Amino acid sequence: MTWAEMQPLLLTATRETLSMVGTATLVALLAGLPAGVLLVLTDRGGLLQNRPVNRVLGAVVNVGRSLPFIVLMLALTQFTKWVVGTSLGWQAASVPLAVGAVPFFARLVETAVREVDGGLVEAVQAMGGSTWTAVRKVLVPEALPSLVAGLTTTVIAVVGYSAMAGAVGGGGLGNLAYTYGYMRFETDFMTVIVVELVLLVALVQALGDLAARALAHRGRGSGPVRLLRRRPAAVRTARAPHAVRTAPRGGTPDPGPAGPSEDGGAVPEPAASH
Amino acid sequence: MITTADLRKTYRVRGRDVTALDGVDLHVQEGEVYGVVGTSGAGKSTLVRCVNMLERPTSGTVTVDGLELTALAGRGPRAGRGLRAARRSIGMVFQHFNLLSSRTVRDNVELPLEIMGLDRTERRRRAGDLLDLVGLADKAGAYPAQLSGGQKQRVGIARALAGDPKVLLSDEATSALDPETTRSILELLRDLNRRLGLTVLLITHEMDVITSVCDSAALMRGGRITESGRLADLLATPGSELARAVLPLGDLPAGRPDATVLDITFPGETAARPFVSQLARTHHVDLSILGAAVETVGGRQIGRMRIELPGRHDENAVPIGYLREQGLLVDVVTDRTEDAA
Repeated sequence: MTWAEMQPLLLTATRETLSMVGTATLVALLAGLPAGVLLVLTDRGGLLQNRPVNRVLGAVVNVGRSLPFIVLMLALTQFTKWVVGTSLGWQAASVPLAVGAVPFFARLVETAVREVDGGLVEAVQAMGGSTWTAVRKVLVPEALPSLVAGLTTTVIAVVGYSAMAGAVGGGGLGNLAYTYGYMRFETDFMTVIVVELVLLVALVQALGDLAARALAHRGRGSGPVRLLRRRPAAVRTARAPHAVRTAPRGGTPDPGPAGPSEDGGAVPEPAASH
Repeated sequence: MITTADLRKTYRVRGRDVTALDGVDLHVQEGEVYGVVGTSGAGKSTLVRCVNMLERPTSGTVTVDGLELTALAGRGPRAGRGLRAARRSIGMVFQHFNLLSSRTVRDNVELPLEIMGLDRTERRRRAGDLLDLVGLADKAGAYPAQLSGGQKQRVGIARALAGDPKVLLSDEATSALDPETTRSILELLRDLNRRLGLTVLLITHEMDVITSVCDSAALMRGGRITESGRLADLLATPGSELARAVLPLGDLPAGRPDATVLDITFPGETAARPFVSQLARTHHVDLSILGAAVETVGGRQIGRMRIELPGRHDENAVPIGYLREQGLLVDVVTDRTEDAA
C-alpha cells in the first residue's frame, strides 16, 4: 500500500476515533464528575451522608469498572441500537465507550475529591455556605489538578477501548488496524497505525500533564505555564514583552532569607495602618 | 454574647460512647477576649465547634448574640437556611488556616462575600479593606503557598471578618506558629477586639496565649469547665489550677520536717510592697523563698511566692496573720510535722 492510498483511510479513521473518544469523554465528564462527587458526599461522614445511595452508586460504579470492555460492548448491543439506531460505526461505538468511561472517571473523581482537606469544607460551612457552595467553591476547584489528571487517564483508556470497538465494527483506527493490518497483512499500514496511536496517546498525556501541572503549581514557584494564565501579568506581557522573564510578579513575595519574623516585620502593623 | 447551657456532646466510636463535653456552661461577655485552655482531649475544640454548630451538641443550648443556634440546627449534619445565615455573623479562624490553595489571598477573603451574595466590585472593595486591616494589602495577588504561616493566619483572620461578625471563634489559631508570630497574631486579635468591639472566643493549649490577650478564661478538663472567670480574679484565687499553671512555683521540695511552707498570692497593688523584708524585720523570722512568679495581666501585676518559715504551723500563727493583714492571700501548703505524725 502506498502512502497516497493510506492517507484518506487514515484521515477518516482518525476522525472517527477522535469523534467516539470525544463523545465518550464528554459523557464521562458530565456524568462521572457528579457521580464521583456524590460518592464522596454520601459516604460516611460526608456532607450528604446517605448509606443506601452510596452503596447503590458504589455498586454500579464497581460493576461498570469490573466488566471487560469487550463484554460490556457486546452486552450493550440492544441498548446501543435503541440509543443511536445502529450497532455499527463510530456513533454506535460511542455508546459503550461512554458507558464504560463514566464509572472509570467517577472513581478517579472520587479519589481526587477525597484528597481535598476536610478543613476547607469546614471553613466554608463556618462562613454559612451550603453543601452546593462547598462543592462548587471548594471540592471541585481544589481537586482540579487531580481531576484533570484523572480525565487524561480516562481519555487514554477510552482510546484503548475505542480500538477494541473498532475491531468489531465500530470504525476508527482499531477497525483500520483489524481490516487492513491484520486481515490483509498490510504490515506497513499496521506500523503506521500503531505509530499514530502512540503519538495520539503521548499527545493526550502531554497536554493533560501540562494542564494539571499548571493548575497544581498555582503560587508555587514559576514556570512557562504561568504566562498562559489569565492575570494582570499578562497585560504587562503585552506591553513590555522583554521584561516578562525577569520581572517578578506583583504578588510574589521576596524569596530571600527573611527569617522567622517575616510576618509582622514586613507588613505595617495593623494599628498603624488605620 | 456567647452562652452555652449544660452543653453535652457524646461521640460514638466503634460502639463505645466517648464524652467530649460533659455539661459545659460558658458565659462570654460582649467585647471581651475569652480564652478556653486545656490539654488536648479536654474537649475545648469540640466546645468551640459546637458554638457555630460545626459539631452538633448532643444536648444543651448554644446562644450567640441572643440567637439560640441549637434551635436553628435542623436535622442531620446539614445546616438549614437559618443556621447558615447565623453563621455568617460568626467568624472562625482555624489552626491550619484552611485557605483555598487554588485562590489568591484576595479571592480567599472574597469567598465569604461570594457566599453572602455581594457583587464583584463590592467584594473587591471589602476584601481590600480587610487585607489593609490585617496588614497584608501588598499580598492580595499572592497564593497561600507563597505566604508564611503568620501571613496565612492573617488572611484567615481577614476572611473570618468578612461578614462583619460580632463574634470571632479561634480554634488554636496560633498553635501552628512560632512564638514571635504567635505574639503578632495575638496582638492583631487584641487590636481587632478593641477597635471593632469584636467578641473573641479562643481555644488554646498555651498558657501564654491566655495571659497575653484574654480578659477572661476557663480551664477545661475531661469535658468540663473546672474554673472560669475574669483572668485577674482567677489568678488571685489561691488553689486555682490556672494560677498554678500561669504562675508556676515548681514542685514542692522535700522540706525539713520542722518547717511551714506557705503559698502567697499577691494580687494587684500589693505586688509592689516589700512584704518579705517587712515580715523578716518586724517578726524576726528567717524565711527562705522557694519560688516566685509574677505576670502582668490586664495591666495589673499578679504574683505568687512560696516561702518557708521555720517552725510548725501553730508556731507561725503570728507571721501568717501579719501576711493576711497585708491583703495577701496565704495558703498553707504543708504542715509537715502533722504529715509525719
